[in-house]
Amino acid sequence: MKKIFAITILSVFLGLAGCKKDSEFLNVQAFGILSADQVFSDNNQVISYLGDLYNRQVDITAFKYGWESFADFSEAVPATTGSALVNRNGWDFSTWGLWDYGYVRDLNLFIERAGEAKTLAEGDRNRFVSEARFLRANHYFELVKRMGGVPLITKSLLYDFSGDPTYLQQPRAKESEIYDFIISEAEAIKGLLPSDIREKSRATRGAVLAMEARAALYAASIAKYGVNTPSVSLPGGEIGIPASMAAGYYAKALKAAEEVITGTAGRYALYTKFQSDLGQNFANLFIDNTDKAGNPETIFFEDYKIRSGKTHGFTTNNQPRFGAEEEEGGRLNPSLNLVQEYELLDNTFAPLPIQDAGGNPIYYNSPLELFANRDPRLSGTVMLPSAFGRNRNTDIFAGYQLADGSVITGAERGALGTLPGISGQVQVVGLDGPLNSRDFVAQSGFYLRKFIDPAPGGGSRGTGSEVPWVRYRYAEVLLNAAEAAFELGQPGVAAGYMSQVRARAGFTVPLTGGQITFDRVVHERRVELAFEGHYLYDRKRWRIAHVVMDGTSMSVTDLLNNIGVANRKNTQPFGLWPYKIHDPGGANHNKWIFKIVKPSIVTGSNRFQLGNYYSFIDDNIRANNPKISRQPNQ
Amino acid sequence: MKINHFYIIAVMLCVSLISCKKDNYDPPKSKLSGRFVYKGEAINVEHDRVPFDIFEYGFGKVGAIVGNLTQDGMFSHLLFDGDYKFVVRPNQGPFLWPQTSGKADSISITVRGDQTLDINVMPYYMIRTPQIAKGGTGVTASFKVEKIITDAVNGKNIEKAFLYINKTQFVSGTNNIANTEMAGSAITDPNNITLSVAVPKISPTQNYVFARIGLKVAGVEDLIFSPLTKIQL
Repeated sequence: MKKIFAITILSVFLGLAGCKKDSEFLNVQAFGILSADQVFSDNNQVISYLGDLYNRQVDITAFKYGWESFADFSEAVPATTGSALVNRNGWDFSTWGLWDYGYVRDLNLFIERAGEAKTLAEGDRNRFVSEARFLRANHYFELVKRMGGVPLITKSLLYDFSGDPTYLQQPRAKESEIYDFIISEAEAIKGLLPSDIREKSRATRGAVLAMEARAALYAASIAKYGVNTPSVSLPGGEIGIPASMAAGYYAKALKAAEEVITGTAGRYALYTKFQSDLGQNFANLFIDNTDKAGNPETIFFEDYKIRSGKTHGFTTNNQPRFGAEEEEGGRLNPSLNLVQEYELLDNTFAPLPIQDAGGNPIYYNSPLELFANRDPRLSGTVMLPSAFGRNRNTDIFAGYQLADGSVITGAERGALGTLPGISGQVQVVGLDGPLNSRDFVAQSGFYLRKFIDPAPGGGSRGTGSEVPWVRYRYAEVLLNAAEAAFELGQPGVAAGYMSQVRARAGFTVPLTGGQITFDRVVHERRVELAFEGHYLYDRKRWRIAHVVMDGTSMSVTDLLNNIGVANRKNTQPFGLWPYKIHDPGGANHNKWIFKIVKPSIVTGSNRFQLGNYYSFIDDNIRANNPKISRQPNQ
Repeated sequence: MKINHFYIIAVMLCVSLISCKKDNYDPPKSKLSGRFVYKGEAINVEHDRVPFDIFEYGFGKVGAIVGNLTQDGMFSHLLFDGDYKFVVRPNQGPFLWPQTSGKADSISITVRGDQTLDINVMPYYMIRTPQIAKGGTGVTASFKVEKIITDAVNGKNIEKAFLYINKTQFVSGTNNIANTEMAGSAITDPNNITLSVAVPKISPTQNYVFARIGLKVAGVEDLIFSPLTKIQL
């Protein structure tokens, strides 16, 4: 009986519990997911949502894409076995392709939801929405650089599951329409964002104007120089901008840049904190981490912070390897092609003087004499032989050359060998190389200095580096202004802006308006902005990429002629190796000579085809949306 | 355990019976091949640089079967029997492919078994009577160029003439051990052009090279070449 009673009671309870309505029973609040209303009720929540959107920005070159994203286009020798960068003969049409509409959708959703969030204060809401609009415009900028005109989606799209998605299929906008969108968005949001030069990681008025200036300049140069490649266009305007629009875009670029220069977005300035050594000053511009927010030159960057989980290994990958924290590095070796582009201090171009007119080597007492009187940005960008590298001087020499011209060298970094007339063994190769076809040594005779973090632990795998990835900086704004002014027929104005950048670099004689040419504009951007992700996009918009990278191999004559000319060939990276002379009793004993080498891993030569100007749109994308037109020349 | 073996054998028998059924398409068997020609003469181009598209009607997603011409202007594809369209996209190849309002015209091809098909195209220029031979320490080429497309709208000038030599029979701007070039403006007599190039040291040594003459037409990306010549050094 007891049992029956217990069972009855139990089933009564069960029956009572089961009385709850099914719909209520299933309606349980999730603990792991926040609803849109919940997220947009609190500033900190919105900022962490926004943080994800900031992290998803796309660049062509950046620490998050690894060192190889810096090393292409013959500006560097990649010192790793089998690197495709130097053994292939060009790029697939799909290289650099980008079609990230998932990100566009997330930005659109954020803009819509944040715009409707009533619980946020109006000022905060405007700032959040403007930040997302900045990111969206910047992302469309990245899309248009790579793909030309793309479908311009500014609202979140919703599928109605009717089986007919045609109403979601948008055709490509004109290339000029995308640029117009970027410029008009920038104009619309610049007043809603703070003018705070200490804010670098979030969108500011300065960042918006810097983006606007760059975008308008790109559109202008495509309009102006598109005539040189008439086949790089589509009849609907998805690719190509009419030449008549060039002047208007140049004027917009100049105006936006001058808004930054005149200080309406905060008093940005060039970095000049280390005047005693101008090469060091230029290097410090990127690696001065004591007060990142106080750096007056950086406008917008992706920040990294040690012990926060967000660090990068760029220094680990590229520092001189010997004695470094991890015995790792040495991957990216800047090429002689780039090194010799740095001018002499009298504003003239010259190859490095390694031979006299008769073809005999010139002997130097120290390797740095070869680079004397060069643009200090050279030593700030590149670690030269025996120059200050990462916390010590580099030790780069390829061997000893004897009086009879024979060379004694070794197969390892710091290898020992015997020299005639000396008992015992001596070091016959630098501790930092160079060695041909050896991984992680200076195959070009140089290491990279830009972005290399000297901080303790910066080169170790565990700690990593917190050097920020700079997307917009003041020197580029000045160069954008200079280029726009030059193209608008104001060479005096152009010379003024360009000379500011050059004066900071260390040039004492400013350029005059008459000296500003297209070649000058191209050159200045190449040396000032080396390895900052401008090389490809600049050459695309000037429509000289297919001329510079024509796929033919380079000879030493090609290398040394026409330095500083915009459209000279640059298809294969070269190196410059120092040797010591061993000739006891001779006049040149212990002096240095230099030899130009083409590293043996360089077997391909870069060929930029007309079809590379705008990346391939995948067949699947075009099959799903027949309104998407195909790219030209592919 | 005996029973287990019996089951295994029985299952395998069943499986093998089912898999006896054919479950695949036959592979494509009909070979479509041919050359790009001008008046019966092959158009020589750079290997793997001049693409063409073949579309088959009524099949899956929209997308082309893409092929590339060989050096001597040949193509070949294994296809299913059916109706196809053959097209060269705008601005590809050193020839003028007919277009209607910016879109390339297509050729209809019906494939029923193996088929050889020469495609007639209009090159901008042709290299005529190329003579490439060893001369002194190098290789010398003499040739004529004939302007094929002469009308004012589509006619184009010569930008450069090249002579390439290579160790292997792939000879082009990308694949060469030595080359020489002459600007189009330096050509005074198109019926008598001479180019010569020194043969560099070849490692490992070989006593022959391959040579081709290339002609770059202004505003056209792909070069037109002369037929391959093997030269005994």
